Amino acid sequence: MTLRTEPVVVNVGPHHPSTHGVFRMKLTFDGENIIDAEPVIGYLHRGTEKLAEERQYTQVITLTDRLDYVSSMTNNQAYVLSCERLVGIEPPARGKYLRVIAAELQRVASHLIGVGFFLQELGVFGGTALMYAFRERERILDMFEMLCGARITLSYMRIGGVLQDAPEEFWPSLRSFLDDMPGYADEMQALVFESEIVRARAIGVAPVSAEDAVAASFTGPILRASGVAWDWRKAAPYDVYDQVEFEVPTCEGGDNYDRFWVRMQEVRQSLRIIEQCCAQIEPGPVRATMAMLFRPPPGEAYVPIEAPKGELGFYLVSDGSIAPYRCHVRSPSFMSLTLFREMLVGWKLADAIVTLGSLDFNMGEVDR
Amino acid sequence: MTTATAGTALAEALRERFPNAVQEADAHAAWIEPSAIADVCLFLRDDPAHDYKMLSSLTAVDYVEHFEVVYRLTSLSRNATALLKARARGRESPSLPSVSGVWRGADLQEREVWDLMGVAFEGRPNLKRILTWEGFQGHPLRRDYLEPPLPYSWPHGG
Repeated sequence: MTLRTEPVVVNVGPHHPSTHGVFRMKLTFDGENIIDAEPVIGYLHRGTEKLAEERQYTQVITLTDRLDYVSSMTNNQAYVLSCERLVGIEPPARGKYLRVIAAELQRVASHLIGVGFFLQELGVFGGTALMYAFRERERILDMFEMLCGARITLSYMRIGGVLQDAPEEFWPSLRSFLDDMPGYADEMQALVFESEIVRARAIGVAPVSAEDAVAASFTGPILRASGVAWDWRKAAPYDVYDQVEFEVPTCEGGDNYDRFWVRMQEVRQSLRIIEQCCAQIEPGPVRATMAMLFRPPPGEAYVPIEAPKGELGFYLVSDGSIAPYRCHVRSPSFMSLTLFREMLVGWKLADAIVTLGSLDFNMGEVDR
Repeated sequence: MTTATAGTALAEALRERFPNAVQEADAHAAWIEPSAIADVCLFLRDDPAHDYKMLSSLTAVDYVEHFEVVYRLTSLSRNATALLKARARGRESPSLPSVSGVWRGADLQEREVWDLMGVAFEGRPNLKRILTWEGFQGHPLRRDYLEPPLPYSWPHGG
């Protein structure tokens, strides 16, 4: 007698702890194996692009905080860079250095979340790894509080520079963080990288080839994990990334383990960048003098930046009025879902959850 | 530093292969004849002199008299970008040929443009709403979109 199986559709989410916010997936199973997968998104759609059309250019900065809400600094940065290109102003040097320091701290914080939740979703260590990651992230949030008074929705960057200079107590905190963080990264690495469970469940799971990743508009760590050394900080340096030295870590396999590994290495490179910025930064103004309310000349601007999750850019179209005529957000997380079906088919439900963790997308940015 | 290919240079490069494809060009972008957009994109992807293997983004702008779909191409090997635009006419049923067969990455973005802007893409499967729900009326990113009145009212007081 042969056993016959019926395909079963299982709905995961939108309210589920492992779906990174409100993400729903419709998985079809044949026995235990996934034979079809469909992402269903839009539960967090707030119409950011439409809202931006009704606000002055400076007011849109607060909307960008809420896109990828674990990395507000880089959202701010992408937006103000596009605005500056549109208006044609240049921030002072100290403002640029503060931006890069803040953005790299944000990258560390975002990758800590990515790595922490990835390990959480593996179900190993019972949440220890996540709490380790959050402990370090907490110090970064404290530093952000010193910079601008907020911890998550920062709005620290302004068109033409940053809100204000870093206070005196910021620098000792940053120094001690830079001293401690490599040790914490080693600790995290020792805890998980050689763990048999992590290796067995992540190596070789849901691989993406370099060709597929490029064709699917993957950017950021998930592209570099597939072996493509592409980084907008190198390709088109903005702010002061042309003044600092750093490497672009890549992997070959493009599987879940590699995506995780690339993020851990990027944390170390970010610390390297911050060290150099601290050595190079000089006293001076942090913000160019300009009007709060301004009318850019008609035209358009797009400046791609390397956000923690990949290429982030704001396509701004100006019609000469006080508000953008069109503000499109090119969000890396949205593109990360392109190969959703291809990555999951053939794997099991537990692998699907881990793959979501390794893609590290953020629903605030996917749905906008 | 990334080379932003001038639209005029792109028009020049395309003239030989596609004599009638480029409508106009300026320092930033080239406007492509809508019927030729998919062929031009395929050529730009596969021709080694261009090698635009990645579609960085695809979006649309509503200029009221027409819709402009914006294709931002990136060549990782040459560290170059190019900007293509195509105009879709009409407000009832504007449409363009799909490029999701050229770049896989266009798939979700075309669905987003259809959902929010109401520009359809021909020759692709599964063109359905993505950020709003099935049954949503209208396309909210259009300039003339008006929010429908709520089918209920809040009770007085408070």
